[in-house]
Amino acid sequence: MNPTDTEVTPWSPTATWVVRGLGMAAAVAVAATVWLGLWVTPPDQAQHNLVRLVYVHPPIAWVALYLAFGVAAASSVLWLWPRTRSRFWDRLAVSAVEVGTVFTALTLITGSIWGRPTWGVWWAWDARLTSTALLLVLLLGYLAVRRVPADPDSRARRSAVVALVAAVDVPIVHFSVDWWHTLHQGATVLNANLSPTIHGSMAWTLLLGFVAFTLLFAWMLAIRYRIEVLSERLLDSELDVALHERWAEGTGPVAGEPGGALASTGRRA
Amino acid sequence: MWRDTVLVAGKDLRIELRSRVVMHQVVPVGVLVLVLFAFALGPDRAPMAKAAPGLFWVAVLFASVLAVQRSFAVEASDGARDGLRLSGLDPAGVFLGKSAAVAVQLVVLEVVLTAGVVVLYGSHIRSYGSIIVAGLAGTAGLAAAGTLYGALAAGLRVRETLLPFLFLPVAAPVLLAGTRAWQVALGTAGNVGNVGSAGSAGDPWVRLLLVFAAVYLALGVVIFGPLQEAS
Repeated sequence: MNPTDTEVTPWSPTATWVVRGLGMAAAVAVAATVWLGLWVTPPDQAQHNLVRLVYVHPPIAWVALYLAFGVAAASSVLWLWPRTRSRFWDRLAVSAVEVGTVFTALTLITGSIWGRPTWGVWWAWDARLTSTALLLVLLLGYLAVRRVPADPDSRARRSAVVALVAAVDVPIVHFSVDWWHTLHQGATVLNANLSPTIHGSMAWTLLLGFVAFTLLFAWMLAIRYRIEVLSERLLDSELDVALHERWAEGTGPVAGEPGGALASTGRRA
Repeated sequence: MWRDTVLVAGKDLRIELRSRVVMHQVVPVGVLVLVLFAFALGPDRAPMAKAAPGLFWVAVLFASVLAVQRSFAVEASDGARDGLRLSGLDPAGVFLGKSAAVAVQLVVLEVVLTAGVVVLYGSHIRSYGSIIVAGLAGTAGLAAAGTLYGALAAGLRVRETLLPFLFLPVAAPVLLAGTRAWQVALGTAGNVGNVGSAGSAGDPWVRLLLVFAAVYLALGVVIFGPLQEAS
C-alpha cells in the first residue's frame, strides 16, 4: 500500500542535467589530474615520487577545511535567521557537513600517508594536524546530533546551533593550537614540503587538482542533498503507511464486536 | 535580563545547597581523577609535579561535564523545563543564570582541586594572581559553552553520551590555554619564551581564555532563545 506516489527526482529536468554535467566534469577533471599527476609530471628532486601527493592532499584539504565548512556554517546561519529560514538551508548544511567529514578524514589520511615517509611518523602534533583532527571530531559531533530522532524543525534548529558553536570554535582552536605548537617546538615541519619554485606542469596539475576536487565536492553535495530530500519523503510515506495500518487495525473488529469501534476511537484520541 | 540572571542562578544554587549533589558527588570525582592520574604516572613525584597543570585542567573538564549534566538534570523532572520556558524569563537571563550557577560550583571544585594538586603532586604555586585570573576566565568559558550544549542535549534520550562528545572538543582550547597559563604560574613551564608577564591580561593564554569566555557568553545570549524552543 503506497498512499503517496513519490516522485524519484526532486528536481526539475534542467537541474538534473546540470547535476549530471557537474558529475561528468568532475569525473573528467579527476581523471585528468590522475593522468597528469602520475604520468606526465616529473618526480621531485628531493621527494621523488612522493611529491605526487601534492596534487591530491592540498586540494582535498581546501575542500574540507574551507569549502565544506564554509557552506555548512553559512547555511546554518541562514537557517537560524528567521527571514531566510527554509528547509533548503538545513538540507544543504547537513549535506555539506557529511561530504566535508569525508574530505576531512581524507585530508588526515592522505597527510598521514605523506607524513610517514617524509617526516618518519604517521602523526605529528603539528598545529595544522591537531586542529584538523579537532575539526573532524566537531563534524562527527554534528552528525551525531543529526542522528538523534526528533521532529525536523527542532532537529534543524539543534544542528544549526551545533554548527554555529563549532564554527565559532574553529578560529579559537586554530590560534590556541598554533601557539601551543610554536611555544612547544621550534620550527614548523610543514614549511619544507612545498618548494617555492615549482615546475610548470606541476603547477598546472596542482591547479587542475583544485578544480577537480571542487567540482567533485559540488557534485557530491548535490547528490547528498537529493538523498536528504528523498529520505525525508520516504520517512513521510512510511509514516503514512504506518498510520493507515493502525487505522485498519482499529476499524477491523467493528463488524464483529460491538465495542471495537469505541475502543479504537478511544485509542486514537 | 540581569534580574532574571540572578533569579535563575539563585534557584540553581539553592537547589545545590539543599541537595549537595555537586558538593558530595562531582567534587569527589574530581579529586578521584587526580588520584587516578597519580596511579597512572607512578609513585615518583617529579612527573606528577611536571604534569600537574594539565592534569588539573583535565579533571576540571571532566567534572564540568558532570556539573552541566546535573544543572540540566535539575530541570528534567516535573516539567521544570517547560515551566522555565513559559515563565516569561528572558532566555538570555536564563542562560546567564545557569552559566553563573555552574561557574560558582566549578570555582568551588577548582579550589578543592588546587589544594589537591598542591598536596598530592607537591606543586608550588608561584603566582596566586595568575592562577586565579586564569582559573576564573577558564571557568567562565567552560560554564558558558557547557550550558549551551547542556541545553542542546537536555531532553534527548542520548544526552549522557552526547554531551561529552560535543562539549569536550569545543572546550579543548580551554584545556590548552589553561594548562599553559598554569604552567607559568606553577613554574613547570621550562622555556616558554616571551609570553608576557604571567597572570596579567597581557599573557596571551589568559587573553585566549578571556576571548573564549566572551565569545561563548555572547553566543549563548543570542542563541539561547531559539535553542530553548528546539527541545
